[in-house]
Amino acid sequence: MILAVILFGYFKKIDLFETFIKGSSQSFKLMMTVFPNLLAMVFSVNILLTSGFLDFLISIITPIIKIPLEIVSLAIVRPISGNASLALLNNVFAKYGVDSFYGLVSSVIQGSTDTTFYVLALYYGSIGIKKIRYAPITSLFADFVGILSSIFICNLIF
Amino acid sequence: MVSKIWTYFIIIGIVFGFFNGKLDNINTTILDSTKTSLDLMMQIFPVVALWLGITEIANKSGLLNWLSKKLSFLLGPLFPDIPKGHISLSYIASNIIANVFGLGSAATPFGLKAMESLQELNKDKKTASRSMITFTTINTSCLMLVPTAVLALRVMYKSQDPTIIVPATIIATLTATIAGIVFDQILARR
Repeated sequence: MILAVILFGYFKKIDLFETFIKGSSQSFKLMMTVFPNLLAMVFSVNILLTSGFLDFLISIITPIIKIPLEIVSLAIVRPISGNASLALLNNVFAKYGVDSFYGLVSSVIQGSTDTTFYVLALYYGSIGIKKIRYAPITSLFADFVGILSSIFICNLIF
Repeated sequence: MVSKIWTYFIIIGIVFGFFNGKLDNINTTILDSTKTSLDLMMQIFPVVALWLGITEIANKSGLLNWLSKKLSFLLGPLFPDIPKGHISLSYIASNIIANVFGLGSAATPFGLKAMESLQELNKDKKTASRSMITFTTINTSCLMLVPTAVLALRVMYKSQDPTIIVPATIIATLTATIAGIVFDQILARR
């Protein structure tokens, strides 16, 4: 990908080095605005995670829908924290085995959804947007559908 | 909305942690989170700097423009508020392409540039525009062909067939993205 871009620029005869430096120097300004947002999000997410509130939520939901605890936790934590959900995926692999049905379902869930809150905070924070309207609703809806279809598809093919 | 979510996370966390006897852990976590976010930052920053440089070359050489023309028939209907040929469409296209190929680190700078150029079109600088929401919906539903992190973990756990999950992942993520887009278009037209 990088080579293609460089070659294209080379044939268009632009000053590659100067242009690279010009683009790259924008990163400082960008990171200055991103960092406070990142810090704020990591801060509040970590408080929520250590308080055990999510575990409490999970222990209520699990008996109702009859899916193993680990998968429910993964589905709930996935949009909130990427590192925490990777850790949960680790647990599932260690407990049930990587090629077990639960291992496969969890892999698909992890692969087909994203850390929604992190992306929203980063992207809207970087340009100073305060009101994000229905953005979390559509994103979380997509995550929800992704998780349901992961479980459904795995039931179908594995 | 971000501000509300943020506040609720903290209040629920601390109040629940108090009754759950986890206040000490929370105190440690608060201090840890500064370090965690700096680490995250240190991971993102050099990569963003590198890719912003590459992006600038792609932009100046006209590559991004060419790309957005090729993809505008696909993206155009989803982003009716963006004028044809506007640079933000190229950034959005590049972000989606980088995501699809599992180049998450390359996708972020494109995404940030996309938001920046969408902000130029935005009339109310404090409120998210329709195009921004469509874009973040596509982005968070994470359309990707190669889930690199999961595959790496599966290889680490010595899976018999690490890539067996890829077709299922693609179907699931496609469904999620389509559902997100449809829902977004419905809400946008209210």
